[in-house]
Amino acid sequence: MTPVEGHIEGDEQARSTADAVARRSYGKLVAFLASRTGDVASAEDALSEAFASALTTWPSNGCPANPEGWLLTVARRKMIDHIRGQRHTPTGSEGLETIADVMSATPSGEEIPDERLAMIFACAHPAIDPGIRAPIILQAVLGLDAARIASAFLTSPAAMGKRLVRAKAKILEAGIPFRVPARDELPARLEAVLEAIYAAFTEGWTDPGGADVIRRDLSEEAIYLSRLVAALLPEEPEALGLLALFLHADARRPARRSKTGEFVPLAEQDPTLWNSQQIAEAESLLHRASTLGSIGRFQLEAALQSAHVHRCRTGVQNWALVIQLYDALFALVQSPVVAINRALALSEVHGPAAALNAMPDLAADRRLAQYQPYWAARAELLTRSGAHAEARQAYQIAVTLEPNSAVRRFLEARMSALPA
Amino acid sequence: MQYLLLLHADEAGFMNMTPEQQQQGMAAYMAYGEALKEAGALKGSNRLRPVSTATTIRVVDGKTQVLDGPYADSKEQLGGYYLIDAPDLDAALAWAAKCPGASHGIIEVRPIWSMTAN
Repeated sequence: MTPVEGHIEGDEQARSTADAVARRSYGKLVAFLASRTGDVASAEDALSEAFASALTTWPSNGCPANPEGWLLTVARRKMIDHIRGQRHTPTGSEGLETIADVMSATPSGEEIPDERLAMIFACAHPAIDPGIRAPIILQAVLGLDAARIASAFLTSPAAMGKRLVRAKAKILEAGIPFRVPARDELPARLEAVLEAIYAAFTEGWTDPGGADVIRRDLSEEAIYLSRLVAALLPEEPEALGLLALFLHADARRPARRSKTGEFVPLAEQDPTLWNSQQIAEAESLLHRASTLGSIGRFQLEAALQSAHVHRCRTGVQNWALVIQLYDALFALVQSPVVAINRALALSEVHGPAAALNAMPDLAADRRLAQYQPYWAARAELLTRSGAHAEARQAYQIAVTLEPNSAVRRFLEARMSALPA
Repeated sequence: MQYLLLLHADEAGFMNMTPEQQQQGMAAYMAYGEALKEAGALKGSNRLRPVSTATTIRVVDGKTQVLDGPYADSKEQLGGYYLIDAPDLDAALAWAAKCPGASHGIIEVRPIWSMTAN
């Protein structure tokens, strides 16, 4: 082997080890570094510098036996250098305390304590703007960059970057603690965490299995986060419910588009294309959640997915159960989105007229006018009731509101199938 | 860390109370102050006179402008403050929620920007 080849091999090995550590431990390292100081941004910066040094030193010196420990030591040193560099500032005395905090953060054994859950609770703290909670969790725990998060949340990288910086500064400067809340406040605080992860998932879901890789990956990241929270809080039924919901939705991904990329609605999907392993895991999670004695929004949503899967697989018309689940869900969240889906289920049992009556009132909630599923559902119900002219109008509005081209083509096909 | 709890409320609320209700209200604040003191969390506190006594001042191009009235002309006005010591925001928010002012007004919780080197 020539020295050049050896060098290249070392490079590749260093890179692949660094990549593997990044995937496995990024969030754990950030959380551990930030939990002592409350400073997520500095922890992220120090860690990215540590990864950069790894890529320059590992190829020549070889990969360390404990790459995580190596990265942590280097990152901690970078953090301390950074704090020392700021000592002349008015917050100098706090800087010394921070150095002590960072130093005392030396893990005793090989294992780095997992502070990710504490960090997630800090990021989804009620004092943080709800709209930035999902992005900041995605960045701090998974290392996603602002540009990627911005594209998923349909905003500019500059705007997203600014909001992320502001939120991290608030965590640090307002003294938001890195702590899993006590038992009595856990349910309310956990709800905010789960909602943030849910937001990340739905952002990633707009184009399931579609061409937009960034958005598709985001739902995978949300599943990862949800799995993490469920593993760390295995006795929280809503944490299990959320993961069950994600797995159910993800299991049907392969069936949502035809071979030619056309949108396939649930009723027309081929159940053999579904991921039965994911469905089985979702079912078992949901079952375990139900034994923990507290029902909630995400368990109900997962139960609805489960009911749909059961119906499509067995042909057993379980619409009465579906309506019951929607009733319970609506009692909890009162969202027009739930009301729309409930109306669609009602039409299966009581017919389209009853369903149209049960649709949320456009005059009561102006946001519905811009909401594609409202118009698509209305069009469907009007079609079933034979009001074809009105149905056509509703389809037209739905088409103009739909950003996804496959779904748009599906709606257009439904519209042109209407009798003239 | 230190936090300033800024108590905002509709001044008319207190003025329209019966003397007995006012006394009860004052007692609740006294008890709250005692609880803070006992916990070693109280750094300072004061009640402010009504905004009818407020004066605003600014210097523009070297000229001093003095005006009658408060800075913000809103229904809820700053009526008092507590400066407290708390380990983190959750602890500060827990103290703020216990303050009688949170039940008849709004409390803004602001971390103190420490400028002194010690």
